[in-house]
Amino acid sequence: MQKKNFKFALEKTAPISFGFIFLGIAFGVLMNEAGYNFVWSFLAGVFIYAGSMQFVMVSLLASGASLLTVALMTLLINSRHIFYGLGLVEHFKSMGKKYPYMVFSLTDETFSILTATEYPEEIDKKKASFLIAIFCHIYWVVGCTLGGLLGPLIPFDARGIEFSMTALFLVLLINGLKEKQARIPALIGALSALLFLLLLGPEKFLLPSLTLAVFLLEVFKKNIEKTGEGKV
Amino acid sequence: MNHIHTVAVLSIIALITLATRALPFLVFGSRGEISQKILYIGRVLPLAVIAVLVVYCLRSLNLFTYPFGLPELISMGLIVILHLWKNSTILSVLGGTACYMILIRTLFKI
Repeated sequence: MQKKNFKFALEKTAPISFGFIFLGIAFGVLMNEAGYNFVWSFLAGVFIYAGSMQFVMVSLLASGASLLTVALMTLLINSRHIFYGLGLVEHFKSMGKKYPYMVFSLTDETFSILTATEYPEEIDKKKASFLIAIFCHIYWVVGCTLGGLLGPLIPFDARGIEFSMTALFLVLLINGLKEKQARIPALIGALSALLFLLLLGPEKFLLPSLTLAVFLLEVFKKNIEKTGEGKV
Repeated sequence: MNHIHTVAVLSIIALITLATRALPFLVFGSRGEISQKILYIGRVLPLAVIAVLVVYCLRSLNLFTYPFGLPELISMGLIVILHLWKNSTILSVLGGTACYMILIRTLFKI
């Protein structure tokens, strides 16, 4: 019985295992370049467990950002989690002792696996979904730690590896733009950022642009909701 | 390197990330309904933030002096093409990063 659940969870998470490990390695290498060894990457992987935010963290650490900036950035970047939880409230609440861990480990990827998975009769849904969450977390921690360990061993200079962060966000943007309703919000974000980049320069523009974006999203609420007719 | 600052940054990120994950569960536990305002923001803010982050990644790009941002722009072009073609996050990130690392060592030495 136990073995079946294990195999089921392994199969369901296999497609993303490579992605988690690879991105984790990229993060660990970046941390290393910024002067933080594998212990820090390991800790970040275990306790933060949020890909985009960990990448942003590297540049926040490197630029010596204030704690207030860090807090606001985290809140804004991870605001999407609020939406993920909604679809899984019933499922998670039925899981007893495993419930807090399920909430903690809810990432973009686990959300998409958990909501897309159909559980056959011979599979224990609670055990299997718990294993799915644990496996994803393990892939990520292994990647982060491995990157931190491999960083100093890379035989060539890794100059330019920081572009992986740009690449990742660009890919996330392309994925997001497939949804019609995301187009105005993306445009609002890009224009707010460009405006404050030109006004305030590269060191200080981030928070004002995010604040303006939130404000504009409220202003254009009606237009945005119209583009997503019928969607929740 | 200031370890206390690093620990503080890590802890704040971990706690606030957890808070964003726990919010819908906490709200549904007690009041029964999550505010429409939060729902709306949770739905539309992520893409706006991603767009801001793309600009943030390119913040130090100088289009008016050599190499005119070309390594970045070419690599981003490749990422868009790769991603629309193969739709694989890993392939696009890996390909784009490799392209950038090669360009800044060969065609556009910086």
